[in-house]
Amino acid sequence: MSNTDLHLVDITAKDLASAPIRAGFGSGLVKAGELDQNVVAVSADLTGSVKLDGFAAKFPDRFVQVGIAEQNMVTVAAGLAAMGKIPFAAAYAAFSPGRNWEQIKTTICLNEQPVKVVASHAGLYTGPDGATHQMLEDIPLMRCMPGMVTIVPCDSVEAEKATLAMAKDPRPNYLRMCREATPIMTTEETPFEIGKAYVFSPGADVTIIACGTMVYQALLAAELLYKDGIEAEVINCPTIKPLDAETILKSVHKTKCVVTAEEGQVIGGLGGAISELLSEEYPVPIKRLGMQDRYGESGEGEELMEHFGLDAKHIRLAAHHIVNVNKALFS
Amino acid sequence: MTKTYTLKELEQKAVIIREHVIDMLERAGSGHSAGPMGLADIFTAMYFAVLKHDPKNPDWEERDILVLSNGHCVPVRYAAMAEAGYFPKAELKTLRKLGSRLQGHPERVRLPGLETTSGPLGSGLSQACGMALAMRMDGQSHRHIYVTMGDGELDEGNVWEAAMLAPKYGLNNVTAIIDRNNIQIDGPTESVMPLNDLKKKWEAFGWHVIEIDGNDIEAVIDACAMARAITEQPVCILAYTVPGKGVDFMEYDFHWHGVPPNHEQAVKALHELRTLGGKIRSEHE
Repeated sequence: MSNTDLHLVDITAKDLASAPIRAGFGSGLVKAGELDQNVVAVSADLTGSVKLDGFAAKFPDRFVQVGIAEQNMVTVAAGLAAMGKIPFAAAYAAFSPGRNWEQIKTTICLNEQPVKVVASHAGLYTGPDGATHQMLEDIPLMRCMPGMVTIVPCDSVEAEKATLAMAKDPRPNYLRMCREATPIMTTEETPFEIGKAYVFSPGADVTIIACGTMVYQALLAAELLYKDGIEAEVINCPTIKPLDAETILKSVHKTKCVVTAEEGQVIGGLGGAISELLSEEYPVPIKRLGMQDRYGESGEGEELMEHFGLDAKHIRLAAHHIVNVNKALFS
Repeated sequence: MTKTYTLKELEQKAVIIREHVIDMLERAGSGHSAGPMGLADIFTAMYFAVLKHDPKNPDWEERDILVLSNGHCVPVRYAAMAEAGYFPKAELKTLRKLGSRLQGHPERVRLPGLETTSGPLGSGLSQACGMALAMRMDGQSHRHIYVTMGDGELDEGNVWEAAMLAPKYGLNNVTAIIDRNNIQIDGPTESVMPLNDLKKKWEAFGWHVIEIDGNDIEAVIDACAMARAITEQPVCILAYTVPGKGVDFMEYDFHWHGVPPNHEQAVKALHELRTLGGKIRSEHE
């Protein structure tokens, strides 16, 4: 079922490998640092957790430690960028952009500095730490800002490619990642370009658009739906902004109904972005899966994902529902 | 800078800059009066005696950097820049108007020479630290970075995050200039949020502190020279200024923090400036 042009891993394989998405950022940053000496990193006391340690060890003179000070982190980064550097400023999503949104707006976006705001530990997978640390509002916060490219890679391999692409991108960028090890679906040969969405699994009955950790769940759901007699088209949408309208509209013209899935608030998130596009360009029934305007709580990641309806089972139910709505409306 | 100005010429320049500020704010019908008027001497010193810069080549790679962290005071910077030759003085009339490069708060992308975009307070010093760190990586630490901040701005936590960072990295080419005028929007700084002994505070954070009369141009020039000569620590210049300086009815009154003069007040203010507070009878032009 999977799109062979994209060189994806067979997700039904028993030995499916997994790794934290942030690990791909860490390795990508070291490679970016080797390719361009203007690449620098800024840390706010979370060097190991956000995988800046490899870069810090290899390029100590290009690594800045600001302490537990996220406002300082992004504004120091803005200053570095003003002098020609390409700064990657990384912390937990709950703190950056959770705490320093205004500084990101004023000194990075409005100021047109190519700072790369990198956030780990986003979403429910932050688990036992509880609601304060489960950042669910970052996608809306970042994508609403003029000039901010918003990227949510689906696995560690894609995260590495995204990091390398960000180092070459002249715009401010936001990179969102989770803490837990999650399945690796893509390979070195799988294409990645900022601003592009990819049809990971083709189908004609319903379009499932997902980002980040939910892409794997969407692919699992597509397997279940296939057995139910529904052919789902799964789109991995790693760039929330700018949205790949062409790929999405092409799919929706075919399927005429949509499910979105993300590990964050549906208000303003991926679901919001897709709804905005479709309501203006091609209105069809849509069901948005994600956090439904509420906060998370402590628990294991997988537990929470199921509890809040963010797994393959719930995507399958949503797909059935939206296919039925579509039939009722248009048959 | 090729031309060297005498102190008298600099003092005259400061008066002209104040006149520009009054005129700009009256035309704009909004904006901040007290801060820019109080800072006119500092900005005169910066643009006509202190900064290594080239108004015809604002991106000159060897230039010193002036970061305006207290973005609401930008009219004084625009006035000084126009006088220095960055752009035509006639453009000052466009302040805060639709389509103007002279935004109500400064936007780097719109006007060459601004260095950064500011307005929301507290983030200039940390940007200066980032700039200094980049300069060090590139062997450019001979360039100097000056940051102006308001005293009310020191309420912002971001300032103190940067105040810790600069000494940590020994960023001795960063000089903070604090406009200690004792007022902020809601009233006197010490009643809104006491700043107490700023000298001790900055020293405790690892800075060398120089206290000056911020309305004494010569003192500003001397303090900046001293700041460049001190290489062990970053330097904080506590510049005591008179808010609204040069216009009798604006001086020391916090109500003038965030309002412009109306036409009548502007005429009165310009008359006072042009007669040097009544010291000379006829207005100079």
